[in-house]
Amino acid sequence: MKNRLKVLRAERDWTQAQLADELRVSRQTVNAIETGKFDPSLKLAFKASRLFELGIEDIFQDKADT
Amino acid sequence: MDKLKEDSNDFATNIKKNTLRNLYWTAAWLASFAVAAFGPRLIWDFATLPTILGVLINLGVGFGMIVVNKRNVRGWDELQQKIFLDAAAFTLGVGLVCGLSYELLEDIRLIYSEPEISHLIILMALTFMAVMIAGHRKYR
Repeated sequence: MKNRLKVLRAERDWTQAQLADELRVSRQTVNAIETGKFDPSLKLAFKASRLFELGIEDIFQDKADT
Repeated sequence: MDKLKEDSNDFATNIKKNTLRNLYWTAAWLASFAVAAFGPRLIWDFATLPTILGVLINLGVGFGMIVVNKRNVRGWDELQQKIFLDAAAFTLGVGLVCGLSYELLEDIRLIYSEPEISHLIILMALTFMAVMIAGHRKYR
C-alpha cells in the first residue's frame, strides 16, 4: 500500500513525533508507515483521514491502483 | 484536532502508567516467588500451612501480573503489538519444539541428567528478546 503521509505531514510542517502524538502511536510506527514497511489498520487510517480532513483514498492507495 | 490532541496526551500517560504498573507487579511476583522458594527452608522450617500459603500467594500474584501485562500490551499501538505478537508466537514455538526435544534426549539416553525447566525458561527468554530486537530493527 502506498501513502501520502510524509507529503501531508511536510505540508503542515509537522515532525514525525508530532504526527505520532496526534495519531496516538509511536514515532516508529509513523516512520514505518511513511516508508511503506507497515500498513496501518482501518482504524488508524480513519484517524489519519480525520486528522488531515481528507478521504482515506486521498491518503492511502493500493499499489495495484497506481 | 484538539480532541485528537487530548487523546494523544492520554496515550503517552497511559503507556507510562501501564509500564510502571507492570514493573511493580513483576517485582511483587519475584518477591513472592523468593518467599515461596526460600521461606520453607529459611523461615518456617517446612511447616505445611505457611508453605501452602506461600505457593498460593505466589500463584495469585503471578496471575495478577499476567493480567496487568496483557493490559500493558493492549495499550501499545498496532505496530508495537505486531512486533510483540511475532516474538510471542516464535517464542511459543521454540519453547514447545525445543522443550519436547530436550525432554526426549533423556528418554532416549542421549543425555544422562534430568532436564531442567530453568534451561527452557532461559532459552525462551533469550529467543523472545532476540525476536523483539529484530522486530524493532526491521521497522526502525
